Amino acid sequence: MGDPINLISQWFTNLLLGWGLAENLVIVISLAIGAAIVATLGMITVIALIWVERKIAGRLQDRLGPNRAGPYGLLQPFADMIKIFTKEITTPDGADKVAFNIAPVLAMASVLLIWAVIPFAATVVGTNINVGVLYIVAVGSFGVIAVLMAGWSSNNKFALLGAFRAVAQMVSYEVPMVIALLVPVLLARSMGMNDIVAAQTPWFIILAPLAALIFLITSMAEVGRAPFDLIEAESEIVAGFHTEYSGMGFGMFYVSEFLHVWTIGALIATFFLGGWSGPGAENLPILGILYFYIKTFIGYFVITWIRLSLPRVRIDQLLAFNWKFLTPLALVVLIVTAIVDKSLEMVGVERWAYALIMLAANLLIGWATVLILKAIEPARARQRVEFEPRPVAVAPKPTDN
Amino acid sequence: MSDVEILFLIIAVVTLLAALFVVTTPNLVHAALWLILTLFGVAATFVLLNATFLAVVQVVVYIGAIAVLMIFAIMLTRRVMKDSGPQTNANWGWAALLGLTLFAGLTFVLINSGAADASLPALAADVDPLVQLGQELVSPNAYVIPFELASVLLLAAMIGAIAVAWKE
Repeated sequence: MGDPINLISQWFTNLLLGWGLAENLVIVISLAIGAAIVATLGMITVIALIWVERKIAGRLQDRLGPNRAGPYGLLQPFADMIKIFTKEITTPDGADKVAFNIAPVLAMASVLLIWAVIPFAATVVGTNINVGVLYIVAVGSFGVIAVLMAGWSSNNKFALLGAFRAVAQMVSYEVPMVIALLVPVLLARSMGMNDIVAAQTPWFIILAPLAALIFLITSMAEVGRAPFDLIEAESEIVAGFHTEYSGMGFGMFYVSEFLHVWTIGALIATFFLGGWSGPGAENLPILGILYFYIKTFIGYFVITWIRLSLPRVRIDQLLAFNWKFLTPLALVVLIVTAIVDKSLEMVGVERWAYALIMLAANLLIGWATVLILKAIEPARARQRVEFEPRPVAVAPKPTDN
Repeated sequence: MSDVEILFLIIAVVTLLAALFVVTTPNLVHAALWLILTLFGVAATFVLLNATFLAVVQVVVYIGAIAVLMIFAIMLTRRVMKDSGPQTNANWGWAALLGLTLFAGLTFVLINSGAADASLPALAADVDPLVQLGQELVSPNAYVIPFELASVLLLAAMIGAIAVAWKE
């Protein structure tokens, strides 16, 4: 009885087969229903997340958050939903109509597609393809295209500027993110998501804390949340690429952003926090789902916490941080992990010693990084360009007519 | 026809139509978007051939990197919302002839080689094709030299790009 989901799925398959449908058709139908359930579950989660996030934001900023509609403001997301559903969806004059209206759907799809490979429990997983990690990177690129399409088709300067920023940011941060993802793949000897979860004794956050940190930072930049939210910096470019969207068009971008953050929580849980694994999860998959959701929420909470604590960075800081710090660090971590892992395998050590040496190697890299940063900091301070102070406001010079 | 054949036909028609639109649409960004659909169709074909790794790499490299960079470059040009000029010039007849000849030649070669009648070989059940691919790429008995040559070429291109962009 510990596996109700597969039980229901089995029962349903037998029911359809009993009606005399072809076996292939039954597989296609049950897969489609499964996909619909996973996608709907994702979107329902967002309703809860909007409330959770606003409450966390309220508490961190020393206020109450939503507290008017329903107990503890629990009905607030539903009020917002009704509001956004009833709003008119407008397409601006001069916009590219098809691309403009496909873009929000694509943005949503790029996030929902990731859930196809995430293992909820030992036996509850959409598809356990052997290239799961690469698949996640691949569908992520649809998100970039959606942003480009939205920004370009709006026929709006601010939207286009936002799209440029977004793409520069997403394409750059994809590099260290993929390298950081290679570390769990290397440790698990597989790109399949379920294999990675099964290989985590102990959790990879102990074996590869630096890779986990790099993945956290880069995936926050992929979503475009503070401190990396200069994609939609309100004070500079109105709302970035979704400036022209109204009603559910904007709603879909909004939901996809929330869902993306939750998805990153799920990815951190799967890659570094042991996914569904925990006491008793092997025999009781329903417990695995519970563990998975708790771990996902931990990842989600950390991202929200960072978002609410840090100010926005500048575009040059953003790109320099990526190319001059994260990418080299990720490469060093990958190479060191590979060498240490292979040499330990050749020597043949116990698992606890292996974990200890891996952790030590990561700490060593972190320590060396701090030392190097301290050593080059004076040199960078000397390079800092001092501009002439300019008066804030001057009257325009009178022109001779 | 089997299910796979029907799927293949649908994917092939979508891919070819999208490819046609790439060259006929007057708007450059639209052409790039159609190109993305074409490349996606190719990825879907790889999936039908059980080559999931190639399919995913196709999406990552061609859609995620190359198509995005192309759109990015196009959007940096002036008047991106306007249609560009006519799609053909005086040489379109020669180009069509060349294209048709190439197509006929490839079809001839494919039919003569017997590849058109060959059925898909079954995958070995006990070997992960991904692991096998990885080992073949670095095995001295297989593809290590082409693999390393391509790596060196890409590295050289990267260094070249940096050298071109370097100030001073």
